[in-house]
Amino acid sequence: MVEAEAVHKSFGRLEVLRGIDLEVQPKEVMCVIGPSGSGKSTFLRCINHLEKIDAGRLSVDGELVGYRQRGDKLYELPDREVCQKRSEIGMVFQHFNLFPHMTALENLIEAPMRVKRASRSTAVAYASALLDRVGLADKTNAYPKQLSGGQQQRVAIARALAMNPKLMLFDEPTSALDPELVGEVLDVMRRLAADGMTMIVVTHEMGFAREVGDTLVFMDGGVIVEAGKPREVLANPQQERTRLFLSKVL
Amino acid sequence: MVALAADAVYTLATAPNLKWDQVWTWLFRPFILGGIVVTIELTVLAMVIGIVLGVVLAVMRLSPNPVMSWVSWLYIWFFRGTPVLVQIFFWYNLNAVLPHVGLIIPGTDVGWQTGTNSLISAFIAATLGLGLNEAAYMAEIVRAGIISVEHGQTEAAQALGMNRLLVMRRIILPQAMRVIIPPTGNETISMLKTTSLAVIAAVPELFTRSQQVSNVYFTVIEMAIVASIWYLAMTSVLTVGQYYIERYFARGTLRELPPTPLQRFRRLLFTFHAPPPDVPLSIPPGRR
Repeated sequence: MVEAEAVHKSFGRLEVLRGIDLEVQPKEVMCVIGPSGSGKSTFLRCINHLEKIDAGRLSVDGELVGYRQRGDKLYELPDREVCQKRSEIGMVFQHFNLFPHMTALENLIEAPMRVKRASRSTAVAYASALLDRVGLADKTNAYPKQLSGGQQQRVAIARALAMNPKLMLFDEPTSALDPELVGEVLDVMRRLAADGMTMIVVTHEMGFAREVGDTLVFMDGGVIVEAGKPREVLANPQQERTRLFLSKVL
Repeated sequence: MVALAADAVYTLATAPNLKWDQVWTWLFRPFILGGIVVTIELTVLAMVIGIVLGVVLAVMRLSPNPVMSWVSWLYIWFFRGTPVLVQIFFWYNLNAVLPHVGLIIPGTDVGWQTGTNSLISAFIAATLGLGLNEAAYMAEIVRAGIISVEHGQTEAAQALGMNRLLVMRRIILPQAMRVIIPPTGNETISMLKTTSLAVIAAVPELFTRSQQVSNVYFTVIEMAIVASIWYLAMTSVLTVGQYYIERYFARGTLRELPPTPLQRFRRLLFTFHAPPPDVPLSIPPGRR
């Protein structure tokens, strides 16, 4: 589903990604862990072209992200085609980023109606079903400000799902939540994984990574230090840097 | 201070040469009321031009395309850097240097052409002068509003596959409105009074007409008072309107909208006879 080859990304002089290679299979749940500044969020944002990569190749579902290859050169795609590609990839942010001037339902139907040109009735029906699925059927007409952090994040997940994405990206979805609200969001994600969604999850929740993840990737300094089955990596890290990081967070 | 001000008003109001009967006579004359209509027309048209063009300029200014951004900068620099009175004057007298304007396909005489004076009447000259000038100010107000919206909103909308224009129209601008509305209300109130500059083009608006009256009857201060009463009345109405518009765009940012003046009045009526709350007035120990 996702293939990365030698992906590089710099912000000015700061090299954030220094050659990322990885592959995510359909229906796979990949968890990415690592210290802050390791480039894990940046990599996630490259996958839907919120950040442009400087070198390497990154493709989703067999198509390059944000670029088209002609000969041996890469050309950046026009805005319209980038948007088309993004509409197939759902993203959930650390700070939810719900649209505050819209109700929960309006948040969900906005993109299906405006981007996919779905009819209002179709969009509303699907959005209601999704809100029900994340346990917020009674919050349909609530504005984000009237919801708790956990509820907001569940609406945000439903908003991404409303576009019927092939792939879901989670950027530290529980990091901004009060501890007692983390569980409800992880539950929704767990069920999503069980339903066969392909997911890349940048997280600090080691428990979630162990139970739900098919692969665990440890990043540091813009490279992948170690990857493998979550239980093996967590229980028996091969690299010194991984061991050091895990000893601090576990 | 209050006493001093009251004294000044009293002295002016009772000045023996001030003919108050002239004020009351002219206050509701159709000639003056007609001027009010023109003033309102000028205000509305100039603000519409200002807001629409201002939004376009603000979006251009923030565009990643350097040409767009630069053109917008140049426009704002020019129209904000010259007095609006001079701009009205310029449009009104354009026919002195350009007697004919039109669109002609180069190399042929196919096209459309007309005399500058028939195209740009005094009213249009004033509307253009006021509107194009206002656009430069509105552009900066709108730009400030757009910048005030958190970047995460743009990213969330982009991640859903929305294009630049859609993100701007559906996500950013509605949220920017909360920041844009208060200064825009200010601008509208200011515009209502600035329309009096149209006197330079002899547009028959409120101030021009009251001037014309005073020129005939030698009632300069009286007519200035008439004009002031009407300007005050109109700005008062606008102030109330602004409150309700702000309240509308605050939805989603507050858990509960603030009460309207009417609701507040009602609440006051209902709680007026309620006994004072039973709060002990003692000072907690240790905080004396």
